[in-house]
Amino acid sequence: MNLRRDVFQAIADPTRRAILLLLASQTLTAGAVAANFNTARPTVSKHLAILTECELLKQEQSGREIYYHINAKKMKEVADFIEPFRQMWDDRFNKLESVMKAYQQKNKDDGTKNEN
Amino acid sequence: MELKTKIKAEDGRQDLLITREFDLPVELLFKAYAEPEFVEQWMGTKVLKLESKSHGSYRFETSDAKGNVVFKANGVIHEFSPGKKIIRTFEMENAPFGIQLEIYEFEALTDDTSKLTMHVIYESADKRDQLMQLPFKQGLNMAHNRLQDVMGKLK
Repeated sequence: MNLRRDVFQAIADPTRRAILLLLASQTLTAGAVAANFNTARPTVSKHLAILTECELLKQEQSGREIYYHINAKKMKEVADFIEPFRQMWDDRFNKLESVMKAYQQKNKDDGTKNEN
Repeated sequence: MELKTKIKAEDGRQDLLITREFDLPVELLFKAYAEPEFVEQWMGTKVLKLESKSHGSYRFETSDAKGNVVFKANGVIHEFSPGKKIIRTFEMENAPFGIQLEIYEFEALTDDTSKLTMHVIYESADKRDQLMQLPFKQGLNMAHNRLQDVMGKLK
């Protein structure tokens, strides 16, 4: 079994992404989270456990209930994960810009030569 | 330094929105996508075929220094509106990422500046996330290596 426990593992599953969305605006117990899904309760519990292990969720004991809430700091890692992808595109587009600028300049130079 | 390229990737969705403003007239920006010689230069790939017209198709192939093919991609062009829009499919061959639909919109901002909006739709949200996670580090290195190769030749 794959025991990788990081944010990428966490968001790779659609149910887990749905749980994160649900908890983005509120704090809920495991039962309340499960009530939002057709999935069996133990399955939801398993997803909550993985999200907690990945540190995307934090548990808070309140009397007899355990409440789950989003760990905003860890969520930032999810936002950061597109950063290298963005870098790659930025590099590519910079290249496009410089190639086309060189072409533009060459045409201008040729134009000047023709005029002379 | 802030990057000029912006990427909107909403959680759980199967698409991406990439935008970039260029210090180029829109005609030149479009040319960079329409003409094989320019695609080859900035993408750093060999263009085996590029029919820049509606219902045309294209094939790209990249080899390493030893001549081994390291990247192959192909697709069909659904719409080709010069200076305005390209709609095409993109598929990386021998890769598990499936096919993607790409909608490119070219816009003039001023006489000398332009904007590209690239809307990419993947087969599923999972495929999108996989693609964004896996190959980009490699892609980034490839882009850097290419840059180095090009600059190296100028020395």
